[in-house]
Amino acid sequence: MGSPDVIASGLQEIRRAKLRPSATMAFKNVAHLFRIALAFAIGFAIFLVVRELLVPKSFGRYGHYRGDALNEIASRPISYAGHEVCETCHADVLDVKKRGRHARVACESCHGPLANHAQDPASVVPAKLDTAVLCVRCHEANHSKPMDFPQVHSADHSAGLPCNTCHQPHTPRIEAEAKKK
Amino acid sequence: MSMTRRQLLILLPAAAVAWEHVLAGTPENAPNYKTTEHWWGMLLDITKCIGCGSCVRACQLENHVPDGYFRTWVERYVVRDWGFEHVHVDSPDGGKNGFPNLGNEGKSFFVPKLCNHCADSPCTQVCPVGATFVSPDGVVLVDPKYCLGCRYCVQACPYGCRFINPGTNTAEKCSLCYHRITKDLTTACCEACPTGARQLADLKNPADPVHEFLKTHSVQVLKPHLATGAKAFYNGLDGSVR
Amino acid sequence: MPVEGFMYPNEIELQWSVLIVLYPFLTGLVAGAFILASLERVFLVEAVKPTYRLALLTALAFLLVAPLPLQLHLGHPERSFEMYLTPHRSSAMAMFGFVYLWYLMAVLVLEIWLDYRKDIVLMMQASSGVKKWIYRVMTLGSTNISPEALRVDTRAGWIITLIGIPSAFLLHGYVGFIFGSIKANPWWSTPLMPVVFLFSAMVSGIAAVLLIYMFVTKYRGRTIDMRCVDTVARYLFYTFLIDFSLEMLDLIHRIYEADESFRSLDFMVHTRLYLSQVVIQIVTGTVIPILLLALTQVFNLNPNTRKRIYGLAGSLTLIGIFAMRWNVVIGGQLFSKSFLGYTTYKVALVAREGLLTSIFLMVLPLGILWVLVKLLPPWVEKDEAGVSTATPA
Repeated sequence: MGSPDVIASGLQEIRRAKLRPSATMAFKNVAHLFRIALAFAIGFAIFLVVRELLVPKSFGRYGHYRGDALNEIASRPISYAGHEVCETCHADVLDVKKRGRHARVACESCHGPLANHAQDPASVVPAKLDTAVLCVRCHEANHSKPMDFPQVHSADHSAGLPCNTCHQPHTPRIEAEAKKK
Repeated sequence: MSMTRRQLLILLPAAAVAWEHVLAGTPENAPNYKTTEHWWGMLLDITKCIGCGSCVRACQLENHVPDGYFRTWVERYVVRDWGFEHVHVDSPDGGKNGFPNLGNEGKSFFVPKLCNHCADSPCTQVCPVGATFVSPDGVVLVDPKYCLGCRYCVQACPYGCRFINPGTNTAEKCSLCYHRITKDLTTACCEACPTGARQLADLKNPADPVHEFLKTHSVQVLKPHLATGAKAFYNGLDGSVR
Repeated sequence: MPVEGFMYPNEIELQWSVLIVLYPFLTGLVAGAFILASLERVFLVEAVKPTYRLALLTALAFLLVAPLPLQLHLGHPERSFEMYLTPHRSSAMAMFGFVYLWYLMAVLVLEIWLDYRKDIVLMMQASSGVKKWIYRVMTLGSTNISPEALRVDTRAGWIITLIGIPSAFLLHGYVGFIFGSIKANPWWSTPLMPVVFLFSAMVSGIAAVLLIYMFVTKYRGRTIDMRCVDTVARYLFYTFLIDFSLEMLDLIHRIYEADESFRSLDFMVHTRLYLSQVVIQIVTGTVIPILLLALTQVFNLNPNTRKRIYGLAGSLTLIGIFAMRWNVVIGGQLFSKSFLGYTTYKVALVAREGLLTSIFLMVLPLGILWVLVKLLPPWVEKDEAGVSTATPA
């Protein structure tokens, strides 16, 4: 292998093969090529059958994805009921809140997700909130917050007292203080 | 709350009806929702964001997001003078529990981030099998039953909003609370936001306030040079925001 | 996880591990080895004929292992067949299944079968028991090894090789495109990526075959065909020059344009990526091998010196090309897309995507090659009278 004579004669053979197709193309000499082509064809056919069986039926319904996925995702359980649901039962709170500074703050923004309470009000009772922790999340003074947003240094402002000592969370503005200004 | 039994008896059926529409099941059982009538996006107002992290917490609770990963998060920027490129950014635990005080240097503000639900979504383009897709109503979603966890979509997202859920080993990201918006609710993050900095926007609904807002304010998207067709519109976005 | 500066919260953990570094390295060896083999078949560079069959078997051994790192990396490997069922035509990764299968069956297996057919039939006739059955299956039932049939084989093999060259380009070029088409990542996004990947693949494949040929020939106690290795080394040298030029072009272009990502990437290369990029890939893995090979081209050195230089240059080349894959894959994930921060990557030792797994996957192809060489010997053993006899496994 590798000697010039072998290579040269190999090249000659290739050239001869081109010039005399009839002898080399006799079926018995290409039969093995047909065998391998058949093996490939069988493999391809099996692939097509398997593909037909395995591709999910809803695939391609709306685009290149499983159509059923849209419904599956849309059917996931809900944790936040949304303030409209709260307001159907708690209209009295809404009456107070809608006139105050927290009018646009959703109920669950402070009270947390309560869809399970809305579904079964009697057995799921929302926890009482700790205003000492809750209110500072929004109202602790921070240079990064917008200047027009009401914020205080809680240590100076309330001397450790919980916020609902003076403020009613549903309508937090203290009218007496506001009148002074 | 104080309520008489009589009041309760009147209110409960009303609540039940309201709740029924919330638990309306699949879109096919709530025939009012047609995907072709909606094209979802979100409006984010930097001038209103107070970095309280309520949105991050609400999203985590609504969507059972694993700790350490974020479908939405809040970043804080501190820009000193004109040096856009030397900006300081932090996002402690995604802003979930607010931000510590940093001092009074420079201009500082918060930027909520989430999936931009790109109309020309690069993450959808690279998914090899069709496990992530743009829904007919413009929400980019992930099919967790089909995803093989190759992570190509995570690499392709310019905004860093995707991650692999360690429990399911599939890709995950903000779904725009698809299970809520198809039932006439807003997203969990918008519901929880106390200042209205985040607002769901239906760009196909002529009555949606987003249209008026877009006409009257200077609004940007993130990384516009990448032409992703992002649909998260930011009001008051500073040039230093990445 | 030590993060420097700011990263988007979901970016801190790397997505693609060392296994994804391994995949392009392995397929690169395949493409490179095949192109070396095609030099003989199509371009009739008969000096490299001693490496022809060995190159084909090397390509097959590495190709068989190539999907393994990918399977180990997937979150759901049992769903990987979905790429065959519902390939997303806009995704370069979706091409993988088809390009791989095409290259494995329609190019490599077919070419090896056509080239070895005569030997398979002879070995079937000369062996017994299980081995006989293995060879019988491989003949597909046909025992026609007449000169005419062999001429058909040669002709068909030539056509297959001709198709195989662009197929080899595709097999590795698309991997480059997987990275190069991601506009979100400026370290990856460049039209040069598929070309750089391809040329570095050719460099690694040629170096691998060179080393394997030299080692195996020594192991068999035969003399190394100097004309052959000199020619292979020359092709390695030329290909390396092109590869190096392409990589330098990319670097110079980045430095000159200095776009918004440049400062962040520059810092990364000077700090976290310094060892793997500058020291290992560029200096040790590219410049030194090029200089060593240049020595053999410029000066008239004796065969032993040349062999030593080829061995050293070849080994450094393989290390350098592995480092290149590392720097592309891992490097592309060490910096934040905000261009404000960096994270770190630590390879676990014993984990599904850890160091031991990687070492195993790098050694496994050599084991498979050993089996293939036993089953389909690339050489004709000559007895003392100089008469050739094919030796069965």
